[in-house]
Amino acid sequence: MTVLTGQHPKADLREPRSWRRAKNRIATVLMVLSFVLVIIPLGFVLFTVIAKGASIISWQFLTSSIPPSVLPANVGGLGPAVLGTLLITALATVIAVPLGILAAIYLNEYGGKGFLARFIGFMSDVMTGVPSIIMGLFIFTIWVLHFGYSGLAGALALGCLMLPVVIRSTYEMLRLVPDSLREGAYALGATKARVTVTVVLPAALGGIVSGALLAVARAAGETAPLLFTILGGTSTVNLNVFSGPNTALPLQIFSNASQPYVGAQARGWGAALALIAIAFILLIAARLVTARFSRYSR
Amino acid sequence: MNAATSVDPAAPAGSTAGLSKKRPLGDRTFQIVTLVAGLLVLVILVLIAFSTSQQASSWFTTEGIGGIFSKTWDTNKNQFGALAFIYGTAISSLIAVVLAVPVSLGIALLLTQVVPYRWARPIVYVIDLLAVVPSVVWGLWGVLVFAPWLLHIYTSVGSTLTGVPVLGSLFGPPVSGLSFFTAGIILAFMITPIVTSLSREVIATVPAIDREGAYALGATRLEMIRGVVLPHSQGGIVGAVLLGLGRAMGETIAVALVIGSSATITSHLLAPGYTMPAVIANEFGESTGEFKAALFGLAVLLFVFTIIINVVARAVVARSARRGRGA
Repeated sequence: MTVLTGQHPKADLREPRSWRRAKNRIATVLMVLSFVLVIIPLGFVLFTVIAKGASIISWQFLTSSIPPSVLPANVGGLGPAVLGTLLITALATVIAVPLGILAAIYLNEYGGKGFLARFIGFMSDVMTGVPSIIMGLFIFTIWVLHFGYSGLAGALALGCLMLPVVIRSTYEMLRLVPDSLREGAYALGATKARVTVTVVLPAALGGIVSGALLAVARAAGETAPLLFTILGGTSTVNLNVFSGPNTALPLQIFSNASQPYVGAQARGWGAALALIAIAFILLIAARLVTARFSRYSR
Repeated sequence: MNAATSVDPAAPAGSTAGLSKKRPLGDRTFQIVTLVAGLLVLVILVLIAFSTSQQASSWFTTEGIGGIFSKTWDTNKNQFGALAFIYGTAISSLIAVVLAVPVSLGIALLLTQVVPYRWARPIVYVIDLLAVVPSVVWGLWGVLVFAPWLLHIYTSVGSTLTGVPVLGSLFGPPVSGLSFFTAGIILAFMITPIVTSLSREVIATVPAIDREGAYALGATRLEMIRGVVLPHSQGGIVGAVLLGLGRAMGETIAVALVIGSSATITSHLLAPGYTMPAVIANEFGESTGEFKAALFGLAVLLFVFTIIINVVARAVVARSARRGRGA
């Protein structure tokens, strides 16, 4: 460009004004505007949650037991819910991530283009669209009706939600592993299982971990699957995730949101801030893993 | 390992006669384990359908088709017609789709056709942030901050439009800030990330050579988008919209907090309503007997609707992705 204009100093290379150009300009402005339309509510929500939540968050809030709704904001906290969310989400991760990775290995390494693998892959995508409340009802009927409310039941429901997400993200990562790596390992005489576990999985590890972290971040904020599986309503810590009702931050926000008491609403905002913080930390961790992974692969 | 040791050392070099065709036990076990994990998806889906329908069977048999799709939902008279909830689910998610799709498409086009890669990444990060804001936080903000604020707007819109033929019956004076429309707006925020990222994926498959061809003919960017990008990614965008619709239909907690919990069928969009997932979330704990069966029945209907929408959407997306690669 600079060379051209240098040779023809008088040539005017600017676009001529016309209705077509104007329409193009308007379209570009509309596209930018649509992004602004998304930033506004996001900023509004984050601002409100931080402004209202930051004043109540303290070590005491994050650890003490849950007071009755009528009590003011400076009494008690949501310790059991914080602990419940961490334990249940961790348990769900332990259940769903290995199963999801194994299923993705089947889809990419063993199933290939066969009908069964394509069908499972398709239904797994469909499963990501199953409403979370249905997962809750499902675990309620097959687990809670027989074994009662427990943190484990909640983890199973969250695990059902995470499973297809983990399968999809892991599958995409396995597909990116070049075949030359697999062939190299085969040439050394390794079995298929060994090739998969020691060559393919490590090569895709960064992407798998970051996909799993995103799935966990989404699951940690889910309320509907927990409503009918861990019951909520407990005001003290239940460390035993395998039996007895438990509670979690999303459930506390849900019940406090419809309370008329100022103290309860303040605790709701505090819980919302804690929950968003957990989700964002997981999201950032996923980003860091991705960044690191892409640097290695380059 | 076993394969290596079973080779007969006496066999002539180059011959495979001594090599065992049988794969080692560990190798086969691993394959079976992965297959079982894969089949788990199908097992869960079948079990969901089976277990929830079983719980709902008494509702299906006592109400019959007419009862299921009737308007009356009266827990005291044991009449459980689902129509008001189906209507509420449809209306609130349609509002969400109408609001979210133009915005999502705008962002997807902005990301793929306008801004350079360097700027696209931060925009994607922001959309990701939007995606991880939990449903219940949208609900909390919606019911305590957004709905009271919207009420002012609803009131002025309602008083302006009263008497106007069609708009007046859609946007009449509001009862409170909690309504179909509030739920639709909140849902729109929630489905924007998924519709954006799916349409972005589809649009990214448009071959660069087609786009450059349009530019070479002197098209402006808008003309190129309308002539090349949109026709090419039509199918995928339809799929993305359907998936967004499916998400909006199943969204529970945010809607339960902001829709106003009133099982009514009205054309008035600023009136409170109810949706299938919201009534399940709100009433399940207190329900017993026939009431509980009816709530399970709503869950079965919701499951069937979302499965159908998702199957159609995924099939459309997969078809357009195949065509995109082939072109």
